Amino acid sequence: MTIIDNPKQPTEPDTPFGDEKISKTGDKVFFGLSFGAATLILVTLGAVALFLVKEGLPVFTASDKSDLERGGDSFFGYVGPLVLGTVYIAMIALLIATPIAVAVAVYISHYAPKRLSQTLGYFIDLLAAIPSVVFGIWGITVLAPILSRTLYPWLDDYASWLPFFGSDVNVSTSGRTTLTVGIVLAVMVLPIITAISREVFLQTPRLHEEASLALGATRWEMIRQAVLPYGRSGVISGAMLGLGRALGETMAVAMILSPADGYFWNIITNSNSNTIAANIALQFPESSGLEVNRLIATGLVLFIITFGVNALARRVADTGFTGADG
Amino acid sequence: MMLTTDHLDRDRDRDRDIGSDSNGDITSGELAGKGTFAVFGGAVVLGALTWLPSGSVNWARWVIVTILAYIIGTYVVSRIVESKRHATDRLATAVMTSSFAVVLLPLVSVVWTVVERGSNRFDWTFYSETMRGVVGEGGGAYHAIIGTLIITALAATFSVPFGLFTAIYLVEYGGKTRFSKRVTGLVDVMTGIPSIVAGLFAYALFVLVDGPGHRSGLAGAVALTLLMTPVVVRASEEMLRLVPNELREASYALGVAKWRTIAKIVLPTAIAGILTGIVLSIARVIGETAPLLITVGIAQGVNYNPFSGRMATLPVFTYNSYAFPTLPRDASLDRAWASALTLVIIVAVLFTGARILSSILKPKGLK
Repeated sequence: MTIIDNPKQPTEPDTPFGDEKISKTGDKVFFGLSFGAATLILVTLGAVALFLVKEGLPVFTASDKSDLERGGDSFFGYVGPLVLGTVYIAMIALLIATPIAVAVAVYISHYAPKRLSQTLGYFIDLLAAIPSVVFGIWGITVLAPILSRTLYPWLDDYASWLPFFGSDVNVSTSGRTTLTVGIVLAVMVLPIITAISREVFLQTPRLHEEASLALGATRWEMIRQAVLPYGRSGVISGAMLGLGRALGETMAVAMILSPADGYFWNIITNSNSNTIAANIALQFPESSGLEVNRLIATGLVLFIITFGVNALARRVADTGFTGADG
Repeated sequence: MMLTTDHLDRDRDRDRDIGSDSNGDITSGELAGKGTFAVFGGAVVLGALTWLPSGSVNWARWVIVTILAYIIGTYVVSRIVESKRHATDRLATAVMTSSFAVVLLPLVSVVWTVVERGSNRFDWTFYSETMRGVVGEGGGAYHAIIGTLIITALAATFSVPFGLFTAIYLVEYGGKTRFSKRVTGLVDVMTGIPSIVAGLFAYALFVLVDGPGHRSGLAGAVALTLLMTPVVVRASEEMLRLVPNELREASYALGVAKWRTIAKIVLPTAIAGILTGIVLSIARVIGETAPLLITVGIAQGVNYNPFSGRMATLPVFTYNSYAFPTLPRDASLDRAWASALTLVIIVAVLFTGARILSSILKPKGLK
């Protein structure tokens, strides 16, 4: 019917993909959208820095500092202990989590039977998404009492020659310590590092693995030669994500830690340096005026720390200075 | 895949043994399954022996001693019976397997505690009533669930197109230009933005418009968008890069425009992974507490309007009920646990949904 009505039909291009004009406009629109979105990333990050600086700056420039009752009016005296607490706790968490996470990732990707590994992978993914507030409520109800009954007395008795278990202060009986928080954060970041490492380990080219095995390598040698070097960047970006979460982790710290003002190296007592993020969460709802500006300024410090860590991690990833390539 | 590898492993070992073994017994010089079981049994018994001094059962110590004894035992036995390389191999296997057991311990504990304590208030009232006018027992989290849904939906609406198109730019258009490298770097930076800083940013942004003390669902959604976008970008980018170049080239060779190639060939091929990434990112932000605590606050009743006023959200509700319990304390704590359980269930449902979705949409023939 259409052929009779429209004799031009047979001469039109016989492609299912539409005509050229639409294609060209479509190309422009599509490119514009993508380019715009990418540019928006730049703009957003610029805005984050800009607004934090703008709202944080008054704490340095204001002439009337009577708002700042707690913590004195020296900003660096205020933020110093918070920086220590933040970095200290995140480091403890990462030191505990990374080796275990990589081992678990290798186990799931190369040791567990395939069907089991899919289930395990699902659970690890699921656990990576358990909200921090749930870990916080678990840490203070379940983990802190256990640790204060078992591990901390033991560390106090046998390991107090180490500066961070030093016996100068009484060991915590509530378990609300830096080490408890470090362990909880390790549990929290572990699934993140595992999930990402596992993903890249699974993508190791089959031929690399088989080549290694064909040369007579044992399974572990194959993993060291083929899987780990291939997954190195994935492990680093996983650890980076994990560190980012640990540095900025707020609720678990705010709920579990028993904070005090000042610098504390001992990690099993009731006096602990708070973290920047937890301090903001605890103080913000009750702050006003210049105190809010000060909290935003500490947030800027946290932003700079995480920025520095990311830059460093990326440099490590680029130069490959991890020893994995032997 | 592992089956084949095991098979190769065993064959290779046999070959070596036939060649080197004068007895002609093809399994000598190889630790049999029985041997590893014996070592494991020994380790369990050794762990049980640690009861003797105290006389009481200590499960944690039993598990730890068993694991350590098994790791060391396998290595030593294999070193004697087999070779150094096999011993290292078995040591690695034992370490990886047991590290998995160690990880499961706290994670099972988290889930178990939440389910056990959350079930106290896992009833219809909790999901149909708000906290308005509730003193003491009773009350629910209906208002918090509504708030969480509204704010998360807004955040997803902003960040999914934003993230997806950025990823498309990076993979399909950007190539290795300086601009696209810079964007990749900044996405990494964005990934590392702590959630509380995202909250402060949203607060600072809305303070400009509305003055100090601003609280609204929209501010919360902006904070969550900042957290969600880089996750969407990274997940989509990774999946787009996995699409074989041959597919694109085949499409171009047929004269198909670039945008159609992306929309009809590249995206459908990668859609399973992208959707999984999006759901993962939603699951990541749905439990965010800190940014919502400072941008949205908490409310006692339902607020359907995300543009003005405080809203309750599940994570903040959990935190508030736990950290600032009203009397009687137990009723408040029960609400906190029930709310935590709800969050965990939502996350679990999202994950299962993503699984099913990705297996339905997965194109045939791709691994």
